[in-house]
Amino acid sequence: MAQAFIRTLTPVLDTPTIEVFETSVKRNAAVQVRDFTRAFGDTVVLRNLNLDIGQGEFVALLGRSGSGKTTLLRTLAGLDPADAQSVRTPIGRAVVFQEPRLMPWMRIWRNVAIGLGGPEARDRARAALVEVGLAHRLDVWPFTLSGGEAQRAALARALVREPQLLLLDEPFASLDALTRIRMHELVLSLWRAHAPAVLLVTHDVDEAIVLADRVLVLDEGRIAAEERIALPRPREIGTEFQAIRRRLLQHLGLDQAPAPPEGALVNFPIGASGS
Amino acid sequence: MSVSSSLSFPNRTSSLRIALAGQRWISPLVIVLLWELGSRLGVIPTRILAAPSAVLQTAWDMIVSGELPSNMLVSLARALTGLALGVGVGSALAVVSGLTRSGENVVDPPIQMLRTLPSLALTPLFIVWFGIGETPKVALIALGTTFPIYLNLYNGIRGVDPKLIEAARSFGLKGWSLVWSIVLPAALPSFLLGLRFALAGSWLILVVAEQINASAGLGYLINNARDFSRTDVIVVCLMVYALLGLSADAIVRTLERYALAWRPSFIKT
Repeated sequence: MAQAFIRTLTPVLDTPTIEVFETSVKRNAAVQVRDFTRAFGDTVVLRNLNLDIGQGEFVALLGRSGSGKTTLLRTLAGLDPADAQSVRTPIGRAVVFQEPRLMPWMRIWRNVAIGLGGPEARDRARAALVEVGLAHRLDVWPFTLSGGEAQRAALARALVREPQLLLLDEPFASLDALTRIRMHELVLSLWRAHAPAVLLVTHDVDEAIVLADRVLVLDEGRIAAEERIALPRPREIGTEFQAIRRRLLQHLGLDQAPAPPEGALVNFPIGASGS
Repeated sequence: MSVSSSLSFPNRTSSLRIALAGQRWISPLVIVLLWELGSRLGVIPTRILAAPSAVLQTAWDMIVSGELPSNMLVSLARALTGLALGVGVGSALAVVSGLTRSGENVVDPPIQMLRTLPSLALTPLFIVWFGIGETPKVALIALGTTFPIYLNLYNGIRGVDPKLIEAARSFGLKGWSLVWSIVLPAALPSFLLGLRFALAGSWLILVVAEQINASAGLGYLINNARDFSRTDVIVVCLMVYALLGLSADAIVRTLERYALAWRPSFIKT
C-alpha cells in the first residue's frame, strides 16, 4: 500500500529512490524530512530532524536566532545541498526572502517573470501582480516601490510559478506593523486560492498563530514543540489564542510570558475624554 | 546710518554675483577676445599662435576642401577599430576571469603584469612587429583600451550581489541564462565606467599613434602643418580632437542614461 503510493508519488519528487519509512507515510505529504542532520564545521545546526508538511498545509516555524530555522528552509528550497539525506520536496517550490531581492535592472513584470520564458510570460506575470494588487506597477523600476509593494512583488514572483511548496523566510520582518497586517491577509487569501503547502519561518509568535495550521518550535536543531491551531480564521486575540501564545513563548525559553496585548489600546478611562 | 551703508554694500556685490552666476561663458569669451586682440596688435606672432579669426577661416577652408572631414574619418576609424577590438578582448577576458576561479588564475596575473606597462611604451616594439602602417596604430589603441574594460567589468562581475544570484537560481536560472540576464546586467554600470575610461584612453593613444609615419589622419595634418609652421592648422586639428573627445563622452553619457535608467538617482534631471 505505502509502496504503491510512493511509487506514484516519485515522479513529482526530487529524490528518485523509493524508501519506506518506519513511521506510517502520511497521505498527501508535500514535504518529508527524515533524520536530517546538518553541520557547519563542528557546529551542528540541525540534528536528526523529522518534518512532515501536508499538501496545502500552512506550517509556521518558530525559533530563536541561530536555532536553524533558515538552514531548514534553505535545505527545503534546494539552496543548500541535502547531501543525499532523506529530504523530499515537490519540484515546484518557490521562496520569498526576507528582502524582496528584486533585480533592480528589470521592470516589475520582468522580475515576476524571471525564468518563465514563453510568449505568455507577461500575461502570467500580470495576472500574478493583479492578485497581489500591483496591477498599476507592471512597468515601473523596483526602486520606485515601497517596502510593502516590493515584498508583494516578491510574493507574486513566487506565486506565478504555481508552487506546490511556498517557502517564506521572515518575509514580513522589515515591514511596518500596518503593512504587515495587510500582508498577513494577502498571504492567507493567496494561500486559500492556490493551496500550496507553506512553510513560514518567523520569530513573531503572534504572526505564526494568526496564519498557520500548525506551529513548530525549533530548538537546538530539532523540533522541540508543536501546536495545532484549530481557531477559525480570521483569528482574533482571545483566551485560546493567549494560551497558545503562552505555551509557545515558554517553548522559546520565555518562562515569564509578557502580559497579553489585549485591551492595551483601550485601557484608559472611557468617557473621560472629550465631553 | 551705519546700518543702511552696511546693507547697501553687500546688496551691490550680490547683484553682481547673480549677474555672473548664470554667465559662465563670459570669461572664455574674454580670453578669446584678448587672444584675437594680441594677434592683431602683433603681441602674439602668427608662427607662435594664429589668431582665432584665422583659425576659424582655416577650419572653414579645410572643411570646404574636404581635407578636414576625410582625415577626420581616417582618425575616427582608427580609434573606433582599436576601441572595438579592445572592448571585445577586454570583455571576453573579464567574463572568463570574473565567472570562474580557474579563469581568474589563468587570465588575471598576466593582465595585471601587462597593465603596469604604459601602452605607449610598446610603440617601438609594435613598429618592429607590425611595421608603420595602420596595424600598429590600431593595435596600440586596442591594447590601451583592453585594460580599463577588463578591470572594471571584472570588478563589476565580482561585485554582483550574491543574494540576487541566489534568488535567480531559486527561480530556475542557471548557466548562460544566469550570466546573461543577471550577472552581466548587474555589472553593466561598471562596464560603462570602463568604457568611458577606454574612450578617453583611445583618444590619447590615437594622438601619439598617429605620429607614426601617417599618410592620412589628423596626426598627419598636424605633422605637415608643423613642417610649415602653420599654427592655424595645428589649432584646428587640436579643436577637432577636443570636439571628438567631448562627443564620445556625451555618447557614453547618453548610453548610461538609457541603459541605467533603473538606478535610483539622487540628482533630479
